[in-house]
Amino acid sequence: MTPKRKQRLIFVMVLIVGFGAAIGLSLFAFQKNILYFFSPSQIASGEVETGQMFRLGGLVVEGSVKRESDGITTIFDLTDTAGSITVSYTGLLPDLFREGQGIVAQGKINPQGIFVAQEVLAKHDENYMPPEVAEALKEAGAEHPMSIPKTTM
Amino acid sequence: MAPEIGQFTLVIALCLAIVQSVVPLIGAYRNNISWMAVGRTAASGQFLFLIISFICLTYCFLVNDFSVLYVANNSNTKLPYYYQISAVWGAHEGSLLLWVLCLAGWGYAVAVFSRALPADVIARVLAVMGMISIGFLLFTLLTSNPFDRLYPAAVEGRDLNPLLQDPGLVIHPPMLYMGYVGFSVAFAFAIAALLSGKLDSAWVRWARPWTNIAWVFLTIGIALGSWWAYHELGWGGWWFWDPVENASFMPWLVGTALIHSLAVTEKRSTFKSWTVLLSILAFSLSLLGTFLVRSGVLVSVHSFAADPERGVYILGFLAVVIGGSLTLYAWRASQFASGGRFDTVSKETMLLINNVLLVVAMVTILIGTLYPLFLDALGLPKLSVGPPYFSAVFVPLMLPLVILMGIGPIAKWRRVTFAELFSKLKFILLIGVVLGVVLPIAIYGSTTVMTAIGIAAGAWAVITSMYAIARLVIKRDSSTSLGKAISRIPRAMMGMAVAHIGIGIFIFGVVFTSAFSDQKEAAVKIGGSVELAGYTFTLKGVSPAQGPNYQAMRGFVNVEKDGEFVVKLFPEKRIYTVQQNPMTEAGIQTGVFRDLYVSLGEAVSASEWGIRVYYRPFVQWIWMGTLLMAIGGILGAMDKRYRTAPVKSDNLQNANLKSSTATT
Repeated sequence: MTPKRKQRLIFVMVLIVGFGAAIGLSLFAFQKNILYFFSPSQIASGEVETGQMFRLGGLVVEGSVKRESDGITTIFDLTDTAGSITVSYTGLLPDLFREGQGIVAQGKINPQGIFVAQEVLAKHDENYMPPEVAEALKEAGAEHPMSIPKTTM
Repeated sequence: MAPEIGQFTLVIALCLAIVQSVVPLIGAYRNNISWMAVGRTAASGQFLFLIISFICLTYCFLVNDFSVLYVANNSNTKLPYYYQISAVWGAHEGSLLLWVLCLAGWGYAVAVFSRALPADVIARVLAVMGMISIGFLLFTLLTSNPFDRLYPAAVEGRDLNPLLQDPGLVIHPPMLYMGYVGFSVAFAFAIAALLSGKLDSAWVRWARPWTNIAWVFLTIGIALGSWWAYHELGWGGWWFWDPVENASFMPWLVGTALIHSLAVTEKRSTFKSWTVLLSILAFSLSLLGTFLVRSGVLVSVHSFAADPERGVYILGFLAVVIGGSLTLYAWRASQFASGGRFDTVSKETMLLINNVLLVVAMVTILIGTLYPLFLDALGLPKLSVGPPYFSAVFVPLMLPLVILMGIGPIAKWRRVTFAELFSKLKFILLIGVVLGVVLPIAIYGSTTVMTAIGIAAGAWAVITSMYAIARLVIKRDSSTSLGKAISRIPRAMMGMAVAHIGIGIFIFGVVFTSAFSDQKEAAVKIGGSVELAGYTFTLKGVSPAQGPNYQAMRGFVNVEKDGEFVVKLFPEKRIYTVQQNPMTEAGIQTGVFRDLYVSLGEAVSASEWGIRVYYRPFVQWIWMGTLLMAIGGILGAMDKRYRTAPVKSDNLQNANLKSSTATT
């Protein structure tokens, strides 16, 4: 093999191995680490398996927010106007969490049918509605004003 | 008046950009010196007019001219003046103005510092930069004019997003943009090389320092963003694998690959077309990042589709720039003769693997960032790709990279044997492994396999980089004094070692923070306390406080360790009066070996508050490491050989001859 060819071979081999690794790693990581998004009505219609980790989005039902006696666990209802589900979260809620606000929570449904959130996200803009929530609301037939938040780099 | 002057100077800048992109190119084609020289004048003029335009917008902010829509949307009379200045780039329109200003600034710098460069090369480089400038100036004027008037004028402004009212965010965007836009210089050099068909070692010597400096800006910009997130978001995290962060991290990875590939092209005049491809890729990713952040596509594919004007423009621009340059590349790249030969085990191969690992890491991040957008656009189930995905793909790719980082600098060009490398590095390897096992146990009394591997990798990076420099000093002949030997170390070598040590420090920070951080959330009565990692956080009180444009509840937390006073922290919960947004302002004590971090939650009752306390070991090492990387980049750009630039570019044959006779 001429040195020139050998050099090309090195190039090609490294590239193939490298990008093969990239695709392999990505696919492998995708299988394990992807979170699907569901709305309360999708849960009501049984689309979610118990024990599956997923993201849930909706509006916090007015008057449903209760604090447990430990002072740090909050229970509230989340709705997409068609269906609703009770959510429990232990920890400090984000600054923008309030009744009537659209939020996204990440967690699992426990055997009692309560969504136990590990993380609650509310975006930092007064009018901001998480896009998934706005979408879910629209699908459930609710009218809700949605505004595009300012993006910042 | 100021807005009209600003608008007018923007239009003049556009006209000059058109001149800059057309006349010098024709001059280079026809070999007409005076036409080529127009590039410099136009670039300087464009920069001057954009400075005036930028000053006009800043002036509008400082005098609270709420007849300007952008000012009315992003400022307020009660906003402190320093945030009024940073509000200039606080939202879309103004940040674009900053973008074009940075671009023109780089163009001006190229025009000024390129006296020694052949006239036709500089003409082409400036022409390409002019074209990019046209694209962004048109975008600003057509879709995002910061000088648009509001009639009738607003009485009071809507205020700057409270999240952006932080010192970190004042300098983060300018740094980031200087980095993004800085890659346009390497890009322009690459396009110029493709157009002329000449890519010799003089070309590389010119392209290298520019790339280094752009990379330094990007590094600092990303680090500041991460530092801001840590301070301001109140969650104690420093990196979230958020699409906006990924948008800046992808060009950084490719830029890092480019710096290394440029080294090979300069020293061995090989990897030429690969270097050109990386230059194109780095800038394309900067543009992609701009598209992702600026088009609204990340917020929602649907909101993007509903108001597509801006997004479609950038997407079109992206297609023209990337498509055009890749077509040019496919057409012309084959003519670059490759130079020095190398063996399977050699410095060249190691740098090749480095490049592939960096690019592969970028690709996996790209997939993770764009995949949810694709599914969403196709109307498929919505999903999110979170930090677990990115950690799962990124860490395994970085480990071999760090191992190579220790070996590469001491490996010889062309050919080296494993035995030789092993005999040089076996002690460092041993020390690294021992430190990896012992350090976490010695400091924290526990460890995991991953922690041990991480710390060993960090130690390996630091010690091998020190060795790469130290051996130059140790090997000196007896007549040379120690000081002289140290001063004789080439700046580029020094820069490389410092940057690599920075990576090692960064790894220490990341590994210790992820492995041994602790946090607790609790409802605490006034006078009550929380125990965390041996520290006692006592909530002494919460009282109202008044800021210039916000009202706050300020907590007073006293921290003690083993009965000894450590620090008083004052976390705040602020309500910004105009937008009525609540904001958490964490109370943080930074230290070399650990940060203590307290955020204040909601009031549970009049005398009980939710608080969140964090213990973050070695977290500051993350930013110390990135600072070292940046210093390394600057040292590298200051190397002597870039200053004594050749008057005329040497031809390819000569360069090849020289490099093939050189032994190292």
